[in-house]
Amino acid sequence: MSLFNQSEKAYLMLANGQIFEGRSFGKKGTVIGEVVFTTGLTGYQETLTDPSYYGQIVTQTFPLIGNYGVNSSDNESAKSYVSGYIVREWCSVPSNFRCEGGINDFLVNHNIIGICGIDTRRLTRIIREAGVMNGVITTENVYEKKDELLEKINSFAVRNAVPAVTAPNIRTYTPENKKYRVVLFDFGYKRNIRQELFRRGCEVVVVPADTIAEEVKNLAPDGIMFSNGPGDPSENTGIIANIREIQKLGIPIFGICLGHQLMALANGGRTEKLKYGHRGANQPVIDLESGLTYVTSQNHGYAVVGDSIDSSVGRVSHINANDKTCEGIRYTAVNARTVQFHPEAHGGPLDTAYLFDEFVETMKGEVC
Amino acid sequence: MPLRSDIKKVLVIGSGPIVIGQAAEFDYAGTQACRALKQEGLEVVLVNSNPATIMTDKAMADKVYIEPLTLDVVKRIIEIEKPDSLLSTLGGQTGLTLSMQLAAEGFLDSHNVKLLGADPETIHKAEDRQAFKDTMEKIGEPCIPSKVVENVDDAMEFADVIGYPVIVRPAFTLGGTGGGIAQNKTELHEIAVNGLRLSPITQILVEKCISGWKEIEFEVIRDRKGNVITVCSMENFDPVGVHTGDSIVIAPAVTLSDREYQMLRTAAINIIKELKVEGGCNCQFALHPTSFEYAVIEVNPRVSRSSALASKATGYPIAKTAAKIAVGYTLDEIINQVTGRTFACFEPALDYVVVKFPKWAFDKFVYAKRTLGTQMKATGEVMAIGTSFEQAMMKAVRSIELGLDTMSMKKFVGFTREQLIEKLHDIDDERSFVVFEALKKGVTPEEIHEITMIDNWFLYKLLNLVELEKWLADGELTEEKYDTARQYGYLDSTIERLSGQKCPKHKSNVFKMVDTCAGEFKAETPYFYSTYDDENEAEQFIEHRNTGKKKVIVFGSGPIRIGQGIEFDYCSVHCVWTLKELGYEAVICNNNPETVSTDFDTGDRLYFDPLTREDVEAIIETEKPYGVVVQFGGQTAIKLTRHLADMGVNILGTSADMIDAAEDRERFDEILERCGIPRPQGQTVMTTDEAVEAAEELGYPVLLRPSYVLGGQNMIIAHSKEDVVEYMGIITSHMIENPVLIDKYMMGTEVEVDAICDGEDFLIPGIMEHIERAGVHSGDSISIYPAQHLSERIKRIIVEYTRKLARELNVIGLVNIQYVVYNHEVFVIEVNPRSSRTVPYISKVTGIPMVDIATKIMFGAKLKDMGYESGLYPAGDYVAVKVPVFSFEKLTDVDTMLGPEMKSTGECLGIGRNLEDALLKGLIAAGFDLKKTGGVLISVRDSDKREVLPIADKFEQMGFELYATSGTQSVLTRNMIASHLVRKISDGEPNVVTLLESGKIHYVISTSAKGRLPERDSVKMRRKSIERSICSLTAIDTAKSLVKVLESGRTVNDVELVDITKI
Repeated sequence: MSLFNQSEKAYLMLANGQIFEGRSFGKKGTVIGEVVFTTGLTGYQETLTDPSYYGQIVTQTFPLIGNYGVNSSDNESAKSYVSGYIVREWCSVPSNFRCEGGINDFLVNHNIIGICGIDTRRLTRIIREAGVMNGVITTENVYEKKDELLEKINSFAVRNAVPAVTAPNIRTYTPENKKYRVVLFDFGYKRNIRQELFRRGCEVVVVPADTIAEEVKNLAPDGIMFSNGPGDPSENTGIIANIREIQKLGIPIFGICLGHQLMALANGGRTEKLKYGHRGANQPVIDLESGLTYVTSQNHGYAVVGDSIDSSVGRVSHINANDKTCEGIRYTAVNARTVQFHPEAHGGPLDTAYLFDEFVETMKGEVC
Repeated sequence: MPLRSDIKKVLVIGSGPIVIGQAAEFDYAGTQACRALKQEGLEVVLVNSNPATIMTDKAMADKVYIEPLTLDVVKRIIEIEKPDSLLSTLGGQTGLTLSMQLAAEGFLDSHNVKLLGADPETIHKAEDRQAFKDTMEKIGEPCIPSKVVENVDDAMEFADVIGYPVIVRPAFTLGGTGGGIAQNKTELHEIAVNGLRLSPITQILVEKCISGWKEIEFEVIRDRKGNVITVCSMENFDPVGVHTGDSIVIAPAVTLSDREYQMLRTAAINIIKELKVEGGCNCQFALHPTSFEYAVIEVNPRVSRSSALASKATGYPIAKTAAKIAVGYTLDEIINQVTGRTFACFEPALDYVVVKFPKWAFDKFVYAKRTLGTQMKATGEVMAIGTSFEQAMMKAVRSIELGLDTMSMKKFVGFTREQLIEKLHDIDDERSFVVFEALKKGVTPEEIHEITMIDNWFLYKLLNLVELEKWLADGELTEEKYDTARQYGYLDSTIERLSGQKCPKHKSNVFKMVDTCAGEFKAETPYFYSTYDDENEAEQFIEHRNTGKKKVIVFGSGPIRIGQGIEFDYCSVHCVWTLKELGYEAVICNNNPETVSTDFDTGDRLYFDPLTREDVEAIIETEKPYGVVVQFGGQTAIKLTRHLADMGVNILGTSADMIDAAEDRERFDEILERCGIPRPQGQTVMTTDEAVEAAEELGYPVLLRPSYVLGGQNMIIAHSKEDVVEYMGIITSHMIENPVLIDKYMMGTEVEVDAICDGEDFLIPGIMEHIERAGVHSGDSISIYPAQHLSERIKRIIVEYTRKLARELNVIGLVNIQYVVYNHEVFVIEVNPRSSRTVPYISKVTGIPMVDIATKIMFGAKLKDMGYESGLYPAGDYVAVKVPVFSFEKLTDVDTMLGPEMKSTGECLGIGRNLEDALLKGLIAAGFDLKKTGGVLISVRDSDKREVLPIADKFEQMGFELYATSGTQSVLTRNMIASHLVRKISDGEPNVVTLLESGKIHYVISTSAKGRLPERDSVKMRRKSIERSICSLTAIDTAKSLVKVLESGRTVNDVELVDITKI
């Protein structure tokens, strides 16, 4: 992007009435969402295509976005689910051997309304202090419609998120030398979860979020994977009830992010909304079993309350080194473990990918 | 795992004198480490030969030895101090190599000293080429096809297998000394011979040349529990082929997608895990520009220049963390000082970008080969932080002190498109400016990429700057244009110059915090950078803190270069410490990432920004200081004085007017006249004709230099009209707006004085005498304290002149005065009303904390009240010499002969009970191998021939074999001194060069009436001596001193080691 020869004006207004003036980026129009920030330095394409961002306006704290363009192989899902996108500066002439296009065109093609040229650090600090809040990005004159928009902003909430992102049909992905079969619950899964399993010789059967235990049983999997996904976990009462049945099948379970939260809720745990969430590629997580700290990729606004897990059900296996929130649970009553962070990375560090190895380990002896 | 209970007393080895490839970053690392260790209640013993550093300060360690960094000396210190541990990884390659030698010999074991920070096996795996390759192969990390060879034939054979071009890297050399890229057999032969000789283990690596690949670095930290994090990624603007120390670097890496980024990050983590490094580690990768193919270039299992940069770029204190890990802590136990609430076990997130720009000495060494390659040539660097690459780049360019405020370099403006395309093929220090000019002339980024392989990302960003500048010059300067230009990092004055119009408004920069976490957590770091935005976090920070204390800003000295080195950082840091002690809030402004001053916890606040008038203005507006200090930041800070004074800022200490009086020739002459102090006669000229006329009037030889000098920049002694014409030609081709000064050159003893004055009284801690007579730059002379050869009368005159000048200039604080004693008369050469190069050295050997006293005086304290009497302080029991250290082996084609232009990059100290002992230590510390037998080659100019006789005589009496070129030989013969005749280079082989290559020669004494030009025989001979690491003496006085030391018959083992904390 040239900072001169600029596009038309765009505005960001927060629920507290604060207005940022910037320039239009991506599609023009008006969109309301929950304004969050992510601190990852790379991986913007993965962020844009991560279904967990459904309903959210994502702010990139790193000021230069779009440097290496976009390509067809780094998408984490078929489309972009973010509501809006905020950057300080985007790159009009990206440079990378895999680059197939620029980020502005990507946003236009995916109908995402963005804003650039604002002080993203200032915005981040506001969210940090006040907590996540709703906001609007618009290319219309925000001052003229301030009250009307504020009312809309304040009544907005991310609802029915999982149904909005889950695929309606079952899809099966079979590797050449298939060793195991895993049922992957699509709560808005990131493609690399599927790939990590696939790469380890797992046939991955992606199923809709509301699949019930009976159907899972009929698929005769060696393992069950609960994926990441968007929204307030406690909203998903039907799924939570299903999980209570599914875990009785005795099949090894691995849960990531929303999957981790839903599993906890199914086992009598509680979730809470964090002030401004954990989003980025540098979150330190302590593995309480080994005592080691790992750098992880994260994207969540809710967390499991560690104390809410009864010791008869399981124990907290990981905590966040910064705020000590629950980052993982090892269940004792059922054959399951779940983590809040993203071992599949994309974007972010690959340091905890060994968890997939461990999951596959637990399936051994049940080769189909 | 907390502090190990078996560690109580730690020996820390520093990195020695500043040389190219090992500079101030190790003072920063060492200082952080010492502080971290002391915080843990450990007793710290320090050894480092460099007196200009902060780490050799009494406050830094319990015992401080400023002694030569040789195996014998360190062994003796271990025997005296009996430390239980040795920290090896914070003193650069020097410290690490010494530690490994001590471990390998079994000395550490037999003395019950634990090696902290590095395991010998780890170091072996990382540094031995073959072991490294094997290790990488084991873990599946790709290396570049290469082979370790120990002779030239094997090198040639392997090159035939992998094909040219190939890179030669000698094992265990600093900053890649002796390495290079060979395009063909002839070149390989030359480089291989040299590399094998320079490698202490006669080993070189011949590898496939992958120039043009992207060069990416990761800084990694690991603890003994196995926690690993990467602190920062860095991408080189210049592709593989240019040493990273000579490359423009951006952090974080910008052209890598998450896939490539994580691939290399994971590789870095795998490497550090396999090597089992406990502490910091630097991994350098080459990444193919159009595939996922990569190769590990190099791993440094210690704190390095890159880790200093990564620390400053992110706010993550790598050296401190590494030191804590070395004594037992793990990453999850160390608090992240920045946030105060998170732990060291995390990876910094940046919400800005950082550009590092190297500082080279080519503006000084006009005849040096500017080509950049695998051997580092930069003496220092600057860092700039911005919210865009363009902004950071503009700031960096302003900071490197080449007189630039944009990327347009005057010398390329007149180049045609074709000339520029041609010039793009030269990989040298000016390439980024050539690229910019080429873009201006319409060469496309793609064309430039094709030639340079610089990534298009960078080229298009530079093109943005080109387009912006055109836009500014075209039509009315609107507010929109103004705002845009400011966001891109342009100053108001630059915008006005480029547009030819007045700015429509003025808006100052605001300051953002460097907080390691991109704003995710509330941070406590008082570390700021400027940008063009609305919110001023520094202002909020100051308001929030509301300490009620008065604020004082200390301006630092910018990049390290010849003439303005680490000593000014020492002074700045001391000033800050004293300000804090006095109850002020001390604020630092500086732009050098290698230094202690830019550690965010040195002062109460740090502004990491360029030191130009406009940049500084914004800081003043935000801070609203009670006053500012300019006298400790060298010429960089002094240059700001007038502007600051005009702004109405309170200049603490000597006034702006008096600083000007000392630098303005006419005003200074008036002062001298009033005081009745003589100076060598001189004139001020602007043109070549005027210069010749003046020179003839004064009588040759004359000294020529531009006014407002820095480190004797572009200063020469002219013996004839031709010299004057040549010199004026060079000077006028540069952007020289100031006049040129011509002085009568007096060949006497040079004497230097640093004094502290309070407006009434003055204190001279000591008079320093230079071994080399006037004509050799004071920074390149061996300086002796206390003066050994001055009569009481001369000393009295010097003290009296110093008193008069200090009074007349109304000096409040420090003043440095250089005198020449000629025919029993004292003349003033130069007065600098500021701190000087010798302040740290004199403070340490006299025990007088000069900067502390000077700072207190600025706030009204009086010498009398501090218990000092006016005048010369009584000399102590020791003689201390400061010996300059050069980096000639890295600067191809530079004439090594000492002259009025400064050439040394660093210095070391020798301290003893008498002059010979002090000199002995000083010379050894400076790297002289004081052999007692062997050959001495003498080839001196006519004017030195008489004086060289007694030197030659003594060498002969000590049993040395003498060799001389014809002119010198006939004088020796006439005086009954036996010598072999050696033919000059022009006489054909065998000649001087063959002799030097034979290995027979241990000392060379070479002077010539003319020098400088690389093609001259005398210069070639001196260069050859440097390449062969032969002790090369280019001033008669230095040779005389060396002979005295040899005659004393003592070795360093006979001389007492001195803990300077006891002085």
